[in-house]
Amino acid sequence: MSSSLLQPRAPPSLSSSSSISGTKPQWRFTSLPAVTFTRRARNSTVNAKIREIFMPALSSTMTEGKIVSWIKSEGDVLSKGESVVVVESDKADMDVETFYDGILAAIVVPEGESAPVGAPIGLLAETEAEIEEARAKAASSGGSSPPTTAADAPVAAPPPSAPVAAPPTPAAAPVVADGPRKIVLTPYAKKLAKQHKVDISKVVGTGPFGRITPADVEAAAGITPVKSKPPPVTAPAVTAAAAPAKSAPTFAEIPGATVVPFTTMQAAVSKNMIESLSVPTFRVGYPVMTDALDALYAKVKSKGVTMTALLAKAAAMALAQHPVVNASCKDGKSFTYNSSINIAVAVAINGGLITPVLQDADKLDLYLLSEKWKELVEKARSKQLQPHEYNSGTFTLSNLGMFGVDRFDAILPPGQGAIMAVGASKPTPVADKDGYFSVKNQMLVNVTADHRIVYGADLAAFLKTFAKIVQEPDSLTM
Amino acid sequence: MNSAISLSLSSASPITVRSYDGAASSSSSSDLFFRNNSAPSQLRFCGLKREAFSGCKSSSNAVLLKQLRQNTKISASLSGNGTPSKGFDYDLVIIGAGVGGHGAALHAVEKGLKTAIIEGDVVGGTCVNRGCVPSKALLAVSGRMRELQNEHHMKSFGLQVAAAGYDRQGVADHAENLATKIRNNLTNSLKSLGVDILAGVGTVVGPQKVKYGKVGGSETVITAKDIIIATGSVPFVPKGVEVDGKTVITSDHALKLETVPEWIVIVGSGYIGLEFSDVYTALGSEVTFVEALDQLMPGFDPEIGKLAQRVLINPRKIDYHTGVFATKITPAKDGKPVTIELIDAKTKEPKDTLEVDAALIATGRAPFTQGLGLENVNVETQRGFIPVDERMRVIDSKGELVPHLYCIGDANGKMMLAHAASAQGISVVEQVSGKDHVLNHLSIPAACFTHPEISMVGLTEPQAREKAEKEGFEIGIAKTSFKANTKALAENEGEGIAKLIYRPDNGEILGVHIFGMHAADLIHEASNAIALGTRVQDIKYAVHAHPTLSEVIDELFKSAKVKNDVSCAVAEPIAV
Repeated sequence: MSSSLLQPRAPPSLSSSSSISGTKPQWRFTSLPAVTFTRRARNSTVNAKIREIFMPALSSTMTEGKIVSWIKSEGDVLSKGESVVVVESDKADMDVETFYDGILAAIVVPEGESAPVGAPIGLLAETEAEIEEARAKAASSGGSSPPTTAADAPVAAPPPSAPVAAPPTPAAAPVVADGPRKIVLTPYAKKLAKQHKVDISKVVGTGPFGRITPADVEAAAGITPVKSKPPPVTAPAVTAAAAPAKSAPTFAEIPGATVVPFTTMQAAVSKNMIESLSVPTFRVGYPVMTDALDALYAKVKSKGVTMTALLAKAAAMALAQHPVVNASCKDGKSFTYNSSINIAVAVAINGGLITPVLQDADKLDLYLLSEKWKELVEKARSKQLQPHEYNSGTFTLSNLGMFGVDRFDAILPPGQGAIMAVGASKPTPVADKDGYFSVKNQMLVNVTADHRIVYGADLAAFLKTFAKIVQEPDSLTM
Repeated sequence: MNSAISLSLSSASPITVRSYDGAASSSSSSDLFFRNNSAPSQLRFCGLKREAFSGCKSSSNAVLLKQLRQNTKISASLSGNGTPSKGFDYDLVIIGAGVGGHGAALHAVEKGLKTAIIEGDVVGGTCVNRGCVPSKALLAVSGRMRELQNEHHMKSFGLQVAAAGYDRQGVADHAENLATKIRNNLTNSLKSLGVDILAGVGTVVGPQKVKYGKVGGSETVITAKDIIIATGSVPFVPKGVEVDGKTVITSDHALKLETVPEWIVIVGSGYIGLEFSDVYTALGSEVTFVEALDQLMPGFDPEIGKLAQRVLINPRKIDYHTGVFATKITPAKDGKPVTIELIDAKTKEPKDTLEVDAALIATGRAPFTQGLGLENVNVETQRGFIPVDERMRVIDSKGELVPHLYCIGDANGKMMLAHAASAQGISVVEQVSGKDHVLNHLSIPAACFTHPEISMVGLTEPQAREKAEKEGFEIGIAKTSFKANTKALAENEGEGIAKLIYRPDNGEILGVHIFGMHAADLIHEASNAIALGTRVQDIKYAVHAHPTLSEVIDELFKSAKVKNDVSCAVAEPIAV
């Protein structure tokens, strides 16, 4: 089941083990021309020994193949006959071996992606000096397939903000505490460190005997288990159940208590909440009269408009006038002004919490927004939300009004500038400037913001605009 | 007997029902085909069963077998568990009531031999009490955990499962209960047949003479026409390893599952190590393999090993050190972790020291042959193993056969598998009851019950190539994938291959290796073919039900290319 695709052009007959005799026809590929290997010499420098690794044709019916896994990583030294990559065809997975010694300079098609038969999937350099050249070539040849590996991706392109993604510099890279020590990694921690390119010498182990645990590596890489490609065994819950006593030795044990491990979603929430502690936040509250909004809602409710959509639309319109509240602070040194206004709305779901995102909420009209919202809620319920549908928010809206809560305080999700907590709208006696009392529907909104970028006056101004929009809501329907 | 017949009827009755109210339209085309033929086939089916019951004595049907035993007991008790040969207490005395001894005893009674079995510990031996049986219970748990934890897998079925958890004691109890149940079954089957179970340690005191008794207690000497040594093995612990039973353990301790360490080193990546890695990782542990040879799973066909590594090792929370010996393993104490010192297997230079929560020593098994009194018959063990010829006859220090003394199972080291021991025992009984018999070890299958399973019979590809080179024939390789199998895909378990190594010139099957769902159950078609000398060109016409996993093997035989000019239907067993 192993094959060789690193062949010189006009290859001599393949001598892989399975091609000798009696194999099933679809596994014989001796005669298939796609299993070839060109020298780059043809198009550029004559002496350069950079070879392209092509997607082999593993069966007669195969038109494209999926990279199951790269057995070797970029920079690994390969020797002849070693398996380099595992390719999945329409029939089976096969190891593909190299026929040349060299260094795997660049992976062009990362794991999990597909390429047509004959397309380059990686580059092999003969010497270290050629690696750079090969990488440049890989980068320029980009086009359809991204030059970076899957493992690079999270580092290279952080989304505008993500409830599950940590800030790029996570919780101040911990310093090694005491002198030189032996670094001990558990097997899974080792795998994660390699996968996410984490420098383990900078990770402080929190496991037994100071060993580095998978959780330590994940924290250092700024990821949560939710984001990582699901391994065949996701057993964080089990690990916790197996040794519940070790992790929290300081709490007194109350007899008869049951320990229920976090679900992955709950674990992600927990991680985000801990991360939020590194952001200096402050809160500003504001009363908003909702009589006009209620009247509008009564009118448009029949057209499928929900209160959530109304509030999201109002917030988005206010944010458009106050871009700093829609900004985020990613590195502690600068403002990142987001180009779109994406309103994440917190949704409680079956023991968990998720924030489906209404993208471009300022641009969509109320009806489209309402439709979009229904669709998102449905997806959230069936766990079908795609990552960009829950981690692309730039501002979060949380509404506990329906439960009769009159005011509350929300925690700012990492990566965002502000979150709005909306209380219930209640008939409240209010005095106008002339001292006349009347009873109006009033709701209290409370915004939590990152004080590194959003200051008190910013929030006050934003809230004033928001209140104005809600109190004169005709603009919402325009 | 009645129950057996009703059993065959009841299993046939669904077919009957289907054939009469068969208008029910949900049937697929294959069902339709079945239905058309069901009435006559059902009749034949019943008749066949009845015949099989009265004639055949090796039915694998559990109920049939049970009935058969009771039957035999009645007829046996008429003659009193066999009448011993003149001048002997017994025809056959077996030392050790493991699976090997048990198999031999059952067959001996069937042959009318007066039989006794000596056991110093518990009936069932390693397999039932500290091996195959309880480990299968743990692996059954780990398989389910694995499935429930594989969100992706579940989602692809459209299933939603909340975080799966387990209760360690519950898992441990399952293993313990299973061992107890099987042990009782074994004991009862011996008792019901009238085999004398003699408690105590057995020692050979001279030709055809054995004594038994509790150590330090009274001893009884008995004589027997033939003696079988079936004392089995114990976990092998290399020197430098300190086993404390808590943090440094052998399979004996691990099967009790007293703890599930967060991080465990498994020394040795053979069957035992591999199965335990499956259990531990499913229960949340991280595993580090320490293997002396240059690659993991050294016993397996290299191609199967490679695939198995990709599925069973790489994606799991497992890492490994190969080409290293663990020279010193110290249990955890005084707040220190378990330490394991590693040296390079070739240069003997220190390589690394591991600090972990636990270590499982799975470096193989050592024969349990001490105190057997072998010196009384001039037999010297070799690395503890008792030397035997191909008929399991014990060879003494001068290279001569010791009359009437046989050794089967792990104690002779030929093939350290429970079912091999049993097969060897049956072979010996055949011989002592006057029929020459040589067991073909190449027809004995082996299985590793990981998820998915690995199984094999016969030669590996390198072994076959070596043999082919030496004897001057060509070999052919055929492979099929579980990915192309309907049933496997329905189960979302398309990972796996089956591989056939054969002679294209005459169609002889040299070896079959399977990695994939239920591989351990699929191997028997191949092992039976090897045992019976069936050639590829004959077996390829056998029909397999659709859709079943067995079609992977069907396709495997069909894809083999045997040269045309082969004379067919030469069914001669290949002696080795």
